[in-house]
Amino acid sequence: MKAAVIVFPGSNCDRDVQVSIEQSTGKPCAMIWHKETELPELDLIVIPGGFSYGDYLRSGAIAAHSPIMREVKARTDSGVAVLGICNGFHVLTETQLLPGILMRNAGLKFICRDVDLRVETTSSVFTQNYAKDQVIRIPIAHNDGNYFTDPDTLKMLEDEDRVAFRYCDAQGGINEAGNPNGSMSSIAGILNRRRNILGMMPHPERLADQLLGGIDGRPMFDGLVEALVA
Amino acid sequence: MSKITPEIVKEHGLTEDEYDKVLEIMGREPNITELGIFSVMWSEHCSYKSSKKWLKTLHTEEPWVICGPGENAGIVDIGDGQAAIFKMESHNHPSFIEPFQGAATGVGGIMRDIFTMGARPVANMNALRFGRPDHPKTKHLVNGVVAGIGSYGNCMGVPTVGGECEFDTSYDGNILVNAMTVGVADTEKIFYSAAAGEGYPLVYVGSRTGRDGIHGATMASAEFDDDTDEKRPTVQVGDPFTEKLVLEACLELMATDAIIGIQDMGAAGLTCSTFEMASKGGVGVEMDLDLVPKRAADMTAYELMLSESQERMVMVLKPGREEEARKIFEKWELNFAVVGRLTDTGRLVLKMGGEIVGDLPIDPLAEASPEYDRPWVATSKPAILDAADVPAPNDPCAALKRMIGSPNFAQKRWIWDQYDHMVMGDTVQRPGGDSAVVRVHGTPKGLAITTDCTPRYCYADPFEGGKQVVAEAWRNITAVGAKPLAITDCLNFGNPERPEIMGQFVGCIEGMGEACRTLEFPVVSGNVSFYNETRGEGIRPTPTIGGIGVLTDVAKAVSCAFSAADEDIVLIGETNGHLGRSAYLAEIEGRDEGAPPPVDLAIERRNGDAVRGMIDDGLVSACHDLSDGGVFVALAEMAMAGDMGAAIDAPDTGIALHAWLFGEDQARYLVTSRDAKTVLAKAAEAGVPASIIGRTGSDRLTVGQSLSISVSELKSAHEDWMPNFMSAP
Repeated sequence: MKAAVIVFPGSNCDRDVQVSIEQSTGKPCAMIWHKETELPELDLIVIPGGFSYGDYLRSGAIAAHSPIMREVKARTDSGVAVLGICNGFHVLTETQLLPGILMRNAGLKFICRDVDLRVETTSSVFTQNYAKDQVIRIPIAHNDGNYFTDPDTLKMLEDEDRVAFRYCDAQGGINEAGNPNGSMSSIAGILNRRRNILGMMPHPERLADQLLGGIDGRPMFDGLVEALVA
Repeated sequence: MSKITPEIVKEHGLTEDEYDKVLEIMGREPNITELGIFSVMWSEHCSYKSSKKWLKTLHTEEPWVICGPGENAGIVDIGDGQAAIFKMESHNHPSFIEPFQGAATGVGGIMRDIFTMGARPVANMNALRFGRPDHPKTKHLVNGVVAGIGSYGNCMGVPTVGGECEFDTSYDGNILVNAMTVGVADTEKIFYSAAAGEGYPLVYVGSRTGRDGIHGATMASAEFDDDTDEKRPTVQVGDPFTEKLVLEACLELMATDAIIGIQDMGAAGLTCSTFEMASKGGVGVEMDLDLVPKRAADMTAYELMLSESQERMVMVLKPGREEEARKIFEKWELNFAVVGRLTDTGRLVLKMGGEIVGDLPIDPLAEASPEYDRPWVATSKPAILDAADVPAPNDPCAALKRMIGSPNFAQKRWIWDQYDHMVMGDTVQRPGGDSAVVRVHGTPKGLAITTDCTPRYCYADPFEGGKQVVAEAWRNITAVGAKPLAITDCLNFGNPERPEIMGQFVGCIEGMGEACRTLEFPVVSGNVSFYNETRGEGIRPTPTIGGIGVLTDVAKAVSCAFSAADEDIVLIGETNGHLGRSAYLAEIEGRDEGAPPPVDLAIERRNGDAVRGMIDDGLVSACHDLSDGGVFVALAEMAMAGDMGAAIDAPDTGIALHAWLFGEDQARYLVTSRDAKTVLAKAAEAGVPASIIGRTGSDRLTVGQSLSISVSELKSAHEDWMPNFMSAP
């Protein structure tokens, strides 16, 4: 698998996800500056977490207009996998590669902690190595993770099996107690229709190393490597 | 030119004697810009005029120290050609006036100090002290400070991995916000601030200069009064996004060899940074203020020189390397301006509009900075409080529950949830333990980091308190298995012009110095914050210590959480049941009496070295140092962290039970082990008292036959206080 991470001014989880990818591929993962207009041949593009452009205006709004995003869009059209984590999810909604928006957390505070997620679909290159309804522990770290969309879009996401992860309690129950940020329908991550784009607020790269306290994020990267062997 | 009146001199915080010295150095009356420069350079904040004499007595050298006090931060060798660069700094006054921006810019400033020296910041810590919880301002200040710290560190992508938070009425009018940053650099790639090279370009990078924060350093060198709120305009506004860009651009440029010297602009901005660079390098500087990037076109020389706008750096480049550097800063969308040249005149010459607007001699100004031997009186030694004079509680479990649910013991998750503590992917031990542990990226090594202070002890007996502060930091680093390397100190005190306050300062420094020498735990950086007083009421003496240690194999680090059932719990160190100035006495009896526990540094060292050896040998599954609240609180903390109880044998020591449970004798640890026999043998070999006091298991913490409390009951008391407090109307 050939992977690259896009770096915007203010990205700060770029190195973290690079480490996780390299751990699974055993190969170098390229870093691409946002001002570039071309991408090398790739199987996976990651838009990392952080505070692109300081989250000024709206999280991800300015980065969505970076030159590289035109090329990212073109690649997704040709089927290349794109993973947007946290601020990367913001960028994907701002470019309308994914529907909906991410509002300020319901509690109006930044939240950094491990949360439980229920795997809602295994039918994607990102989630194939998990079991359906499996509860995994992945950290969140964001101000703006409160997913919102209109009822028709929500119904479409559900009908098309495009909700990848939901926040849940330790037993896998979907309820208010397990929802850290007020997201509609407890949504933590969604897929596009073609299922080659995943946007998610939690950080799978943060728990992919036992020394850091868990490895529930690792199957995502291992699964991508298996699915995208080039 | 405007005449400098005695009123103007006074407004600038200079005494008559100091102004006479200004006239002598200048050989004429200074203009207003020059007077402003003297004022900030000689402010307590920049000149350390009251503390210098005593700071010189601290222990600052050990073979692993690469750079001690005097630079932007301290540097220690962590092996394999790598160095840890770290410092703690106060931002107390601004945080009280405007908590969000005050705290945020404190964090921004300390990170700049670290990356100025070539290190990538890898961890932030903070030690916070607020007034009593029911003081009308406390909640507002907690909210603002925590949000401000989070906003800056989170955006920078540097994890905030731990710290401390205490509430005490002595901070009602002067909160303490002490922020620490640790960075890692290659020993071959460390940058210093000294300027050198006649004609070499002086370069300004980062944010534009605005009118914010003018005279911040002077503000931080005076007491608060009723007009404190009017000082809000002296607080700077932070832009962490720009600082993230400055960080990346600086590190990118530092990978080349274009930089001669570099200095961040902190307190007193352009003035302090150019003076320091020039003074250290023994050169002069000619600067054209027209070239300084500005936010407002009509800024005066006075404003430009004294602005404390954030996210700015100044550097001296090798000649001919300007374009290479410019390209890097432009890539990161930052200002870059050659604003001057180095000269051989030994003077700082400022030009604006083609005219000279300031001309000051550098060395005389720096060297003649006042140094005071302030009168001081030693704090009288309090009498030792006999444990027999402290009534036993009816129900020690209820007392324990009350203590761990009290503001100072309650879990601070409400705070650290707002800090990204995992970014950078190397946080091995998260907030809440004895020390935070971060892996040194790409290596098997780890750094253990802690901040500590027990103002209760320092107030009662500054000397013993000063010793204890250093000893506790050393112990916290030892408790995770790391070798303690060095400390940074952030010395928060009241008005040094009062002899009793100066006496507290002198006592603490002497105690710290002794502990640093015996524990081989030198001070490599720090800062002093005086005038933490409002209307004549000083804070408790609060010499906060930030300590770091190194683990050669980070996988060997242990935490304080009980990790398995049926393990023996071993108490290491000698227990005498010292209740004077204890948390028990304060929280349960509401008394603040007696002498603090004495610290025997030789025993501290012997016990700690033995514990570290046991951890390194893999004998220990959990370890916790004993401090506030003694054995019982430590057991509760281990139980809550591991979600597992323990059965403790009723002690048979001749010490009253409550003194045994809550006494704060120093140099002690609790460890758990599957092989207690070997632990006891190792302890005996080292001459360290050790005994098995119980076993892990069940969901209750019990002592003997009669005392029992469930871990979940303890947890709810411990976890609920802070969120309830903050959400209450």
